Amino acid sequence: MTDPSTASAVTTAPEEFVTAAEHAEVKGNKPRSLASDAWHDLRRRPLFLVSAALILLVLLMSFWPSLFTSVDPNYAELSKSREGPSGAAWFGYDNQGYDLFSRTIYGSRASIIVGVAATLLTVLIGSTFGLLAGYYGGWLDGLMSRIADVFFGLPFVLGAIVILSSFRSSGDTSPTQIILLVVLSISILSWPVCMRIMRSAAIAAKQQDYVKAARALGASTSRIILRHMLPNAVAPVLVYATIALGAFIGAEATLSFLGIGLRAPVVSWGVMISDSRDVIRVAPHSLLFPAAFLTATVLAFVMLGDAVREALDPKAR
Amino acid sequence: MTDNIIEVRDLVKHFPVRVGVLFKRTVGHVRAVDGVSFDLKRGETLGVVGESGCGKSTLAQVLMRLEPPTSGTATFEGRDILKMKGGELRKLRRDIQIVLQDPYTSLNPRMTVGDIIGEPFEIHPEVAPKASRAKKVRELLDVVGLNPEHINRYPHQFSGGQRQRIGIARALALRPKVIVCDEPVSALDVSIQAQVMNLLGDLQTEFGLSYVFIAHDLSVVRHLSDRVAVMYLGKMVEVGTEEEIYEHPTHPYTQALLSAVPVPDPELRDHRQVIRLEGDVPSPVDPPSGCRFRTRCWKAQDICATEEPKLVTRVANHPSACHFAEEKSVVP
Repeated sequence: MTDPSTASAVTTAPEEFVTAAEHAEVKGNKPRSLASDAWHDLRRRPLFLVSAALILLVLLMSFWPSLFTSVDPNYAELSKSREGPSGAAWFGYDNQGYDLFSRTIYGSRASIIVGVAATLLTVLIGSTFGLLAGYYGGWLDGLMSRIADVFFGLPFVLGAIVILSSFRSSGDTSPTQIILLVVLSISILSWPVCMRIMRSAAIAAKQQDYVKAARALGASTSRIILRHMLPNAVAPVLVYATIALGAFIGAEATLSFLGIGLRAPVVSWGVMISDSRDVIRVAPHSLLFPAAFLTATVLAFVMLGDAVREALDPKAR
Repeated sequence: MTDNIIEVRDLVKHFPVRVGVLFKRTVGHVRAVDGVSFDLKRGETLGVVGESGCGKSTLAQVLMRLEPPTSGTATFEGRDILKMKGGELRKLRRDIQIVLQDPYTSLNPRMTVGDIIGEPFEIHPEVAPKASRAKKVRELLDVVGLNPEHINRYPHQFSGGQRQRIGIARALALRPKVIVCDEPVSALDVSIQAQVMNLLGDLQTEFGLSYVFIAHDLSVVRHLSDRVAVMYLGKMVEVGTEEEIYEHPTHPYTQALLSAVPVPDPELRDHRQVIRLEGDVPSPVDPPSGCRFRTRCWKAQDICATEEPKLVTRVANHPSACHFAEEKSVVP
């Protein structure tokens, strides 16, 4: 009458104690997909957490700069020109006597918008065309590849000068319009690279037997492209996108430097870096701080891309 | 009424050979399948054997409508497979399924096993209501001898034989009547081959399946097949029951193939006669006139070059495409 197993079964509710094995089994019984597995995996990846925190911080900076500083980024005091970092101005002052800390915070907005928007647009155009060209092949592939070759042949700076100077001739263009134009010209000149990467990855994925099996099951073209080819072709594009993001923020700086991109009173890291070029030796901090923020942001996106790419590859887990 | 579930008549599939950079010119055709006819009875297994490049896999692709045919007809329960479009073709997919050769590339590496086996239900939502799909996937895993709890694993976590079982489960999901097996065991280890073939045999009894079983290994085909068709250069050269082909082969090519099957008994091995074929398989772009096998045949005479032998019964009660068909037992 003193059987311990029956005694415990009576006295304890079964829900209260769940062994590790039972817990795993309960979780194992719920079907999961690649996306949920990837998310589950990402949440415990330090690389992802660090980069996501950094990106969140930069986004916060760009949307609510007043949270970080109360100094007007466009208030210059020439008497403080090229003063080094101090308690009053953490990052010091630049050649014109602007507060560098305030300008770095306010400058994140234009840089992030240009970098992220141009990357998204480039990847969107490039991978759509690449996937379609890779899947259908034939004359469509030929046509798209030749169009891409035309854009590929345009030198970046020359092409951007032509696009920007012909579309902003009215003289009185608002900062938003300029940002939009810069984003558009960068994307229009960069999508062929992304298209070529996606096209070759799509061609490789298309020849796999699992695509054949899906067709034998009667899968539609969109299902084959989105469920079978895209997940298997996205990795190289993701790598390209994270590298391109940094390059695009730099490209914005190049265009600003040439006088066709953003200009005062709009602040951006690119503008700050190009402003500092004349005073690098006497005031290196005016280059150091915006460049450090730019580098950290690009690094955060590269790490994020790396983490996502690994999470999407079941073999790498 | 016939009890043929699939009837194929004069099926032809030619691949054009194109040259040129900008303007492609067609310089010839690879005659991958060149006038093949056969019947598949309900519940039977038709083995198709032949060496590499003889058109076996192309035959499977055309039957599955993965490649458009050049000409010919193929009917499934009286309806022409090769003329189906849209909704009718979708419905046909539920009745005919394929198991592919390479289990390492036939499963999407970025989908869980549950998603792979569940995909047929997503494509054909009318087969199973959404709520019952997870249960059905588990049942299928159980049917093919895998642990249903592995539903969330990825293909790379399985061995070759297990992967092929997943491929079979996917083909089985829609409860097809015919499964085309395109060399399903040739990428597997010999011990695993037997397991997978026994599984295929069990499934046939359980679900009343008909198989078109393609292989290049005669012993594999013999294990599973009721009838066997031997292919050479896009044509069928001999068709018969398993016993007719293996015990009473009449076509020289079949005899040569059979004589090359390894014999386990060392005593008998010394006594058997190996027919060694000379030369290579001719190019399917420009096959020999008349009988396609004549360039390698020891019986070839003038008539073989001028007149193509029909696949008709001459001796031994089963059709054989040879002017000089004669029964000869080569397996000791």
